[in-house]
Amino acid sequence: MSSSDEIKKERGRWEKAMLAKNPVAPTKTTSGMELDVVYTPSELEDFDYLRDLGFPGEFPFTRGVYPTMYRGNLWSMRQYAGFADAEESNRRFKYLLEQGQTGLSVAFDLPTQMGFDSDNPMVRADVGRVGVAVDTLRDMEILFDGIPLDKITTSFTINATAAIILAMYLAVAEKQGVPMDKVGGTLQNEILKEYIARGTFIFPPRPSLRLVVDIIDFCKDRIPRMNTINFSGYHVREAGSNAIQEAAYCLSSASTYVEEVLKRGIDIDDFAPRIAFHLIVGLDFFEEIAKIRAARRLWARIAKERFKAKNPRSMMLRLFCGSSAREATVREPLNNIIRATIDMMGIVFAGAQSASILSYDEAYTIPTEESALISLRTQQIIGYEIGITKVVDPLGGSYYLENLTNRMEKEIKALIDEIDAAGGMLRCIETGKIQMDVLKNAYEIEKKKQSGETVIVGVNKFVDEQKQDEEIVLTKIDPGLAEKQIERVRRVKAERDNQKVEKVLKVLKEKAMDTENLIPSIQEAVKAYATVGEICDTLREIFGEHQESVVL
Amino acid sequence: MIRVLMGKPGLDGHDKGAKTVAMALKDAGMEVIYTGRRQSVDQIISTAIQEGVDIIGLSILSGVHLEIAKELMAKMKGKGIEGIPVVVGGVIPQKDIPLLKSIGVKEVFPVGSTFEEIVKGIRRIVNKE
Repeated sequence: MSSSDEIKKERGRWEKAMLAKNPVAPTKTTSGMELDVVYTPSELEDFDYLRDLGFPGEFPFTRGVYPTMYRGNLWSMRQYAGFADAEESNRRFKYLLEQGQTGLSVAFDLPTQMGFDSDNPMVRADVGRVGVAVDTLRDMEILFDGIPLDKITTSFTINATAAIILAMYLAVAEKQGVPMDKVGGTLQNEILKEYIARGTFIFPPRPSLRLVVDIIDFCKDRIPRMNTINFSGYHVREAGSNAIQEAAYCLSSASTYVEEVLKRGIDIDDFAPRIAFHLIVGLDFFEEIAKIRAARRLWARIAKERFKAKNPRSMMLRLFCGSSAREATVREPLNNIIRATIDMMGIVFAGAQSASILSYDEAYTIPTEESALISLRTQQIIGYEIGITKVVDPLGGSYYLENLTNRMEKEIKALIDEIDAAGGMLRCIETGKIQMDVLKNAYEIEKKKQSGETVIVGVNKFVDEQKQDEEIVLTKIDPGLAEKQIERVRRVKAERDNQKVEKVLKVLKEKAMDTENLIPSIQEAVKAYATVGEICDTLREIFGEHQESVVL
Repeated sequence: MIRVLMGKPGLDGHDKGAKTVAMALKDAGMEVIYTGRRQSVDQIISTAIQEGVDIIGLSILSGVHLEIAKELMAKMKGKGIEGIPVVVGGVIPQKDIPLLKSIGVKEVFPVGSTFEEIVKGIRRIVNKE
């Protein structure tokens, strides 16, 4: 067997004899990691199998969080979709459940996400546009009518108004007679990334963080099957960060939330086993897989060493993975099916627990039923027809992948340390530093696309001139929907006990001025059929509204 | 120096396009005021008046470009600032471009427009006005 010295010597010889005669231009990954032409054991000299990889299902979880991964169970295929109103969504949910789906995923319209009622004239154009409109508990009752909440789990993409949606969901469960320890689901509830990227914030960061922690604290003992937060790097990446920034910002935010929870005297092992992460896998195949493996290892170490977790489940980076939307093109959109397929293979090699991939028309509109089905079929074909699910972490041990995983981990760690030194994630968001760094990177990415340095097939290379004027079709929104929703919220307001609403909102206001957990008061407000807008307005009075500091 | 107001009307938070275009305009020597996300048409108009801008650019990705443009044009007229040229960028189907122009939008930069095209277009429009 060749020794490492021999390999190194041979590599040197090969470089002189072969590489020098066939010179190639230097190249980098998308986040700027320089790449050798080939990788050998010489580039893995500091590699220690047991320390760096270990076994799947065990610390540091580099190879995966579960011992048998997809041999045991495939990832859950959770396509994200929004349907305009509660009745339509309810019908769709029932259909999906009849088809054997066990988990639901709810998308809300922007007014619901940002705490405005449908009858607010300012938001009229957005009612029911990207998801279901929820104004009061009435909408939630319709949404889950006839769906037993002890038999299914529901994933909610909701952040600033997560406490209200949670309270409504629990109220519906209560009306169904479902005990609270049988209610399960997931809340995105990750407000920090809203300031960096996604944009559905309401209050300033600090009171928002309080609400997030109130939810975690409230659910910990009462709703043990609720995943109370999804730490999200996905949206920050979509906004223009690179892979290193995505992972570093996500892990830094995660640490910020964990610290806030610990401040309340809660033990890490009492809530960390129920948290999950949301990251992206894009087209730079190996870098993306390396990033996820590195992030998994880093989080395990952060949880164990920094936060002193004892339960291995607290150290697992359980992952909901998305494909890349920013790499999808408006031109020749069918090519996006191929891109999403490659992303999805990356997601499997990276070892995600659940996945949602982009539909081919999503670069310009909300997916149709047809395009959404193709996305689900893509996941199913990869899950059932090709063999990549049969062995855990099949790329593990590749000289290149392990070298890249180690280097990504080092870079991500360095950026996390830099954020800590600058006062932590919350501070860096408040000063706009993170937003600026993301924007700078987004600008560089766009310039590289426009110069052709980054190749996009059909857009800046191999362009079919005849397809340049191909028309895109935007999904139509029924304008009658907004009317119907406005009518419904007005009717609820007329029929409810308005004195009671006033009373519960007054209590909520007092509690908001104090430091008590706000969830019980929000539950009271929701049960009195106070609207999302009214509850948020009450909190706006105390917390104020976040004003973006726009730096360019 | 050309002063540009970059507006992001409506609730949609996807402002990478608005901000990267703003950076490109700055690099081209223009002064850019970005309103931030979630602005009403009234807020955009009052910023345009306060800042005395030469041109207004709207970034719209959520499909509501026709409604927003109509509202903006009518309200600008109401304030007597219909002389400030307006351009629109974002996810705009080809068939909507003539419609936008017929209500007074000077130029449309759909997804895929380059920074160079946008810079040149804005210079051309402002210098002509």
